[in-house]
Amino acid sequence: MSHHLVEVNELRYTYPDGTQALAGVDFRITHGEAVAIVGANGAGKSTLLQHLNGYLWPSSGQVRVGDYALTKQNLQDARRSVGMVFQDPDDQLFMPTVREDVAFGPLNLGLSEEDALQRVTTALRQVGALHLQDRPPHRLSSGEKRAVAIATVLAMSPDVLVLDEPSTGLDPKSRRQLIDWLAGYRHTKIIASHDLDLVLDLCQRTIVLSAGKVLADGPTREVFQDQKLLEQSRLERPLRLQGCPVCSLASS
Amino acid sequence: MAGTESRLFDITFLDMLACQESPVHRLDARAKVLTTFIFVVVVASFDKYAVVSLLPLFLFPLVLVVQARLPYGFLGKRLLLVAPFALMVGAFNPLLDQQTQLLLGTFAVTGGWLSFLSILLRFTLTVGMALVLIAVTSFPGICNAIDKLGAPRVFALQLLFLYRYIFVLGEEARRMVRARSLRSFHGRGNGLKVYGALLTQLLWRTIERAQRVHKAMLSRGFVGTVPLLQMKRFTWQDGAFVGLWCGFFIAVRILSGSAELQVWVAELLK
Amino acid sequence: MHMADALLSPQVGGVFWVAAAGTIAVCSRKLKSDPDDSRIPLMGVLGAFVFAAQMINFTIPATGSSGHLGGGLLLAALLGPSAAFLTIASVLVVQALFFADGGLLALGCNIFNLGFFPAFLAYPFIFKPLTGTRPSRKRLFWASLLAALVALQLGSLGVVAQTSWSGIAALPFTSFLLVMQPIHLAIGLVEGLVTAVVVGLIWNGQPELLRLSTARSAAPVAGRRKLVVALLSVAVLVGGVFSWYASAQPDGLEWSIQQVTGQEELAHSQPPVHGLLAALQEKLAFLPDYGFADLSEMEDGSLQSRSGTSLSGILGAGLTLLLALLFGLAARKRPHRS
Repeated sequence: MSHHLVEVNELRYTYPDGTQALAGVDFRITHGEAVAIVGANGAGKSTLLQHLNGYLWPSSGQVRVGDYALTKQNLQDARRSVGMVFQDPDDQLFMPTVREDVAFGPLNLGLSEEDALQRVTTALRQVGALHLQDRPPHRLSSGEKRAVAIATVLAMSPDVLVLDEPSTGLDPKSRRQLIDWLAGYRHTKIIASHDLDLVLDLCQRTIVLSAGKVLADGPTREVFQDQKLLEQSRLERPLRLQGCPVCSLASS
Repeated sequence: MAGTESRLFDITFLDMLACQESPVHRLDARAKVLTTFIFVVVVASFDKYAVVSLLPLFLFPLVLVVQARLPYGFLGKRLLLVAPFALMVGAFNPLLDQQTQLLLGTFAVTGGWLSFLSILLRFTLTVGMALVLIAVTSFPGICNAIDKLGAPRVFALQLLFLYRYIFVLGEEARRMVRARSLRSFHGRGNGLKVYGALLTQLLWRTIERAQRVHKAMLSRGFVGTVPLLQMKRFTWQDGAFVGLWCGFFIAVRILSGSAELQVWVAELLK
Repeated sequence: MHMADALLSPQVGGVFWVAAAGTIAVCSRKLKSDPDDSRIPLMGVLGAFVFAAQMINFTIPATGSSGHLGGGLLLAALLGPSAAFLTIASVLVVQALFFADGGLLALGCNIFNLGFFPAFLAYPFIFKPLTGTRPSRKRLFWASLLAALVALQLGSLGVVAQTSWSGIAALPFTSFLLVMQPIHLAIGLVEGLVTAVVVGLIWNGQPELLRLSTARSAAPVAGRRKLVVALLSVAVLVGGVFSWYASAQPDGLEWSIQQVTGQEELAHSQPPVHGLLAALQEKLAFLPDYGFADLSEMEDGSLQSRSGTSLSGILGAGLTLLLALLFGLAARKRPHRS
């Protein structure tokens, strides 16, 4: 019954040019979890995400969404239940107006226009972007684009929300709004990010990828305290977990 | 051909105009597309020496410009920028066609001058109207209209996608040009070799972008067809707009051919 | 170079609108049955690419002027003819609306001149045969250069023919042609060179992008046949416009049309009545003298009538040749199918 489950077994993927991007990845994410996937550039994050809704097919291994292994037959179903928010909202918002863009998914699911528009309203209201519905995407700010991109996915009522670098290009205020919103979203979340402070705010669990393998998988705070692990995977302890140089200087 | 960056600016500006609120903007896009098209055909159908009889047709673009509160200056500048080709070709008319067509008192006007003037007026009317159309109807609105008027869906989509990514790729091109000019000195760096590399770079990015967009479409259930929303219903105001204006165009056209009008115009000119 | 509304008669504009719309319909249907749905975003984004690319230019050495990409042939080489045609058409629609390049009535002509020639003539009959089945960088270079050049020459010929057919500009066909073709030879060389450089760089970087469309359009047999049908229908259309022109211009039909529509009441001497065929025969025989005859008569008041008939003569000759060529190509392609 639980669609909210994502499981990856022994996942390997080699690009046609011979680069091995995933070299045996395993994890299981259950209902309601918020999991971060972190790692250096080229560690395999994007490749991994592209497997989760069947855009790439594993060279070997398996992806399970809900209770079923992902196959070409249940692909459409998996794509509905795993909602993917892309790194660049300009890739995701391709229709002429916000309304049509958000309606794109529901209409593809076969909903009537009336029901689809109902979902558009609900999804846009959820992300606080209802007032943008008549605007063309190219006239939105980065923060607005991000919110609408999330709404396009919410309108499909996914069971799992996958976000790729959600805070890129946002000003601090928009970033904070995004974090607050995501914190309030109760379904399963998978977030790939370099923004470790955001990860610290949102995810109880963190998976560290390095060279196509899972280097660590555990509670976020523990992972971020492990200096050796962080260095090995070209990461840095989140600012909030570092001592503040200004305050400590002032006090000494 | 307009300058490089100004093209992007023009699109952005016209796009902004199209988002304004006015009675003309509120009309159904189909009505505006249809009426404009009939307008252009009527303008083209006038005799090659028609000058005075074309003048009443200026009413249509002018009324729209006023009603929609469009900036005259911008439209005028655009018209001047695109004028050269039609003017260059038309400029031969006075040289080549020297038969007297009209006597203004003792002053003989040759057919060449008349037809040249006519070309100028036609140009202003048709090109001006194309600009007015886009300034009072959003481009997506036009695409939706032609989709509903029977154009193939694939083509309507093509237009929509193209339009959407003009802004994204235009920005990318602008950044590349800026980056090149910041490191080019004494004309070096503006040659074909660098240009080719720049263009190819832009092409790679474009193709990668297309792949990501396709991915985004697939992840939202795309299976080969793109649904477009229904348009608002065609109201009686829309119908009246089409009917009245087209009636006006056709009336002007028919009257222009009548002998009485010709005589009247000739009298007026004397 | 864009054809302009101001120089266009509704008849010529209409015929090319129908031709352009018909080709768009055929291409759209063909794409709809294409299982590769990634081409929908690719076409759209590549259309935007042509715009963006035109924002970048380069300095032509020793002239101080600048050149940029035309795009038609490059699109054909990346997308195949049908998708390329639709993409070019969409670019022209945006140009007509936003930059007033040409205008709405001339849109049909422009789509035909700048879309049909590169996608359905230059690409399949020049670019592909010249690159062959085992393309090399050198072959690609010359094939791109030549195909882009020829496409632009044909496009420019289209502008001249459409202007003459419309009869609003007084410029005689031959003189106009003599001005336009050399100018477009220069522009075409620049555009061809750019296309050749970019195609070469694509070949170095991701050759499969080019091979994809080559293989795709070469493989399906049905595609070939549709192409032939398309070519034939265009030939018929062109022939139709021509015969309309021919019957309207030099003989009595013109006069009666004027009576019906009430045009040209003002004093306007009728051109001498010349049967089309007679004119054609006569003019064909003295073809070399032709341009001179026209030019020397420039100051002469009777020029208009002369140019009227000479125009139809040259047009007739050119179009007969074109038709023959198209039929020839069609016939040659047929055996491939069986």
